[in-house]
Amino acid sequence: MALNDMHAEGVAGIVDRVVAHYRRDSNNMLQILREVQEACDWIPPEAIDRLQAVLGVPRTKIEGVAGFYSFLYTQPRGKYRILFSDNVTDNMQGNRALMERLCSSLWVEPGKVSEDGLLSIDKTSCTGMCDQGPAMLVNNRAITRLTAARIDEIAELVRNKVPLGEWPADFFQVEDNIRKADIMLDSRLQPGDALRAAHARVPSDGLMSSNMRSWREGLPSGIGGPAAMLDEIKRANLRGRGGAGFITGLKWEACRNAPLKAGQQRFVVCNADEGEPGTFKDRVLLTSYADLVFEGMTAAAYAIGARRGFLYLRGEYRYLLEPLMAVLERRRKEKILGTDILGIPGADFDIEIHLGAGAYICGEESALIESLEGKRGTPRNRPPFPVTNGYLDQPTIVNNVETFAAAALIALNGGEWYASVGTRHSAGTKILSVSGDCERPGLYEYPFGVSIRQVLADCGAQDVQAVQVSGPSGICLSPAEFERTIGFEDIPTAGAFTIFNNSRDMFEVARNYVHFFQHESCGFCTPCRVGTSLLKNLMDKLHNGCGSPYDFAEIEKLNQLLQSMSHCGLGHTACNPVLDTIAKFRPAYERRLAQKDFVPAFDLDQALAAARQMTGRDDPGAHIIKEEFGEDA
Amino acid sequence: MSQTFILDGKTISFADGQTIMQAATQAGVFIPHLCYHPDFKPHGSCKLCTVKVNGRQTASCTMRAIAGMVVESDTPEINAERLALTQMLFVEGNHFCPSCEQSGNCQLQATAYHLGMMSPHFDHFFPNRAVDASHPDVLLDFNRCILCSLCVRASRDVDGKNVFALSGRGIKTHLIVNAKSGQLADTNFTLDDKAAHVCPVGVILKKRRGFAVPIGERTYDKQPISATAKAVAEER
Ligand SMILES: Cc1cc2nc3c(=O)[nH]c(=O)nc-3n(C[C@H](O)[C@H](O)[C@H](O)COP(=O)(O)O)c2cc1C
Ligand code: SF4
Ligand code: SF4
Ligand code: FES
Repeated sequence: MALNDMHAEGVAGIVDRVVAHYRRDSNNMLQILREVQEACDWIPPEAIDRLQAVLGVPRTKIEGVAGFYSFLYTQPRGKYRILFSDNVTDNMQGNRALMERLCSSLWVEPGKVSEDGLLSIDKTSCTGMCDQGPAMLVNNRAITRLTAARIDEIAELVRNKVPLGEWPADFFQVEDNIRKADIMLDSRLQPGDALRAAHARVPSDGLMSSNMRSWREGLPSGIGGPAAMLDEIKRANLRGRGGAGFITGLKWEACRNAPLKAGQQRFVVCNADEGEPGTFKDRVLLTSYADLVFEGMTAAAYAIGARRGFLYLRGEYRYLLEPLMAVLERRRKEKILGTDILGIPGADFDIEIHLGAGAYICGEESALIESLEGKRGTPRNRPPFPVTNGYLDQPTIVNNVETFAAAALIALNGGEWYASVGTRHSAGTKILSVSGDCERPGLYEYPFGVSIRQVLADCGAQDVQAVQVSGPSGICLSPAEFERTIGFEDIPTAGAFTIFNNSRDMFEVARNYVHFFQHESCGFCTPCRVGTSLLKNLMDKLHNGCGSPYDFAEIEKLNQLLQSMSHCGLGHTACNPVLDTIAKFRPAYERRLAQKDFVPAFDLDQALAAARQMTGRDDPGAHIIKEEFGEDA
Repeated sequence: MSQTFILDGKTISFADGQTIMQAATQAGVFIPHLCYHPDFKPHGSCKLCTVKVNGRQTASCTMRAIAGMVVESDTPEINAERLALTQMLFVEGNHFCPSCEQSGNCQLQATAYHLGMMSPHFDHFFPNRAVDASHPDVLLDFNRCILCSLCVRASRDVDGKNVFALSGRGIKTHLIVNAKSGQLADTNFTLDDKAAHVCPVGVILKKRRGFAVPIGERTYDKQPISATAKAVAEER
């Protein structure tokens, strides 16, 4: 047999095994492609041939999906695929120099595959390790606390082709760094207790969940628990922790009341995509509080009448998959997941874990659902909303990890208890992911209403120039605003809290964020697809010293367009970091304005760079110096 | 058809389930659009058709009409934003209209005229996109693709072939064809496919037909694109 045929046969065997594991269901396309890649190091054309044959889906569909996700490769990327996290905090911790060091040590250019095909080195969006960066992913395994010494060790391991499984275990150690705990991080839930409490609770007199029609299908009639559970969520005044702050009780009730067509059911989805640069609290919740999260999902299923749930876990947290599966398995054994939960006949609910593959947009709930269905992660047209037309067009709730954890606490202790913490309009606590210039980065849990100044004092931040709250799509605060508070009344947040001291260049911070949005735009709609690229080019133009006040007007115009015309929140907020920093840190921009009038972005000398590289020249004769043309450089 | 809404001060009737775009077109009111086509499920991606409904912007090709809603469309503010979107599409691809067979029949070009576009305004991206001339009857010039996905929908929903799909992400989004080689010749695409006739710009072109209709006498040379809605209304 020719070598090629053997290869094709080997690949086909892998594909068949993976496809069988996923029940030949092409809704699992993303999971199938991901696992094929785990076995083959990439997705070779022979794998697509086989998938096409065994799943009976067109090649265009498979390639369309594979092409969407940053972590899926239809070209070989080496045995070792190294990605440096490129959040602004990684930059501040020196990731660029470390990446250069590794590249020169291993003789490979960033973004390219080494000539022997052994490895590739590139950058990736924030990997959620900001409190222990700089960080990287090697074949989707996270390595934290990079130093020059560690980089040299990694180079040696790669050179000697040491399998990843034999690399020193402490490379892969990820810390929780819990610095301040409150009702959630201090909770010591006995698995099942919250479910037992929810089941025992009877609907109170002043029943808020008026609609009794959709009592959980399959449950014996007369059980009041589901309605009572929903009442407690409403009493708790719980609002979503994923950023938008939607009222959880209303979402659940809308899903519970959504009519089901024949053969349909309801779904519970936990959003663990945690892609906002600077956020890492969901990682810790899933590492050390997984029972709380799963219990919250199960309580939600009980309240809305769902039998299936999904945890959508970002690909960067691949290393959490096995531990989380073990927790699910234990819960099934303990009869708090699976069939006849707590021994109640018909109380069935189970959870599957789906992994993302490097696409921030899949945190947007309708894009997430598309991705769960094995498609390209582009946001849907809404209405209809997921509560009526979600997963496979069926009623679905999507909530953040922290929202479900809070729901478990509410199931256990009741809504009134929960509402007594925090402020009037912002009940409960919020976990902040603190990183950047401070002594003690990590997780800080506060009742809502805490001031920025308090957080800065607690984490040991000095000489602070700015705080970015809720990541690039959030808000940038200057010291004059540090008395402001975290909460839906003032500064809502998904949790990121990134600190910049006075040595930081706020223009470069904004530029990093703009690059992030450009890289993560899904490309579906014109304003964001093209607009984020135009914005990136403008910021790079300023960075290169070719900016003029004219460019500010252009940025303002793009902002208008992105806000009013974009299809989803990514486009709506893509200009925020620039507008905030122009307004509050204008000198950082003004330093970069070469002239008062328009300056073209085109740089004659830069245009010769490709020619210089090809000829291997870098002498003065290979450059065009601006002065020679009488320009004031 | 008793329900109505207001569009730019005009009362428009609509039937249950109709979108703003459908109802407006039926009434002879033109709303600029590129990814919408009456024969296919709306996509909502180009955003040219954006209107203001009760003060909030939304795509009129996907938004269902609701009785009593107040819609603004033909305003200087919205048209300025539509113009900017059109300019974005021009700089994103490579559009050299004078050498394009579709010139005069192209919806992008006609929309640019309609909106009074005088220059592309933004810096050109000049992307590097190869032409696919492998098919005996059809040429694919991806330089002009605006990613409207009409060919994708036509091939999938009408032809039942899935010849086209979008791949990539963000600014790297691009059209692919259903063949391991990536070449149209290796697909089952034919000139009889609906997908061969829906491209609003000059990507999917019949080979060996050049200037059959002289420039100056083509569709949008004779009447502006805004007249298409009136034609629909008159046909009824
Ligand atoms: C571009 C974008 C990215 C998002 N990423 C996340 C995310 O990573 N995690 C998350 O929980 N919500 C994310 N969201 C918000 C979700 O769409 C959704 O509102 C949330 O999951 C609802 O859960 P909650 O009500 O519990 O907050 C994102 C939204 C947008 C527009
Ligand atoms: S706004 Fe950006 S991310 Fe959202 S749909 Fe449009 S292109 Fe995709
Ligand atoms: S080829 Fe034409 S129809 Fe197809 S997506 Fe591109 S512009 Fe639209
Ligand atoms: S025509 Fe409505 S978004 Fe393109």
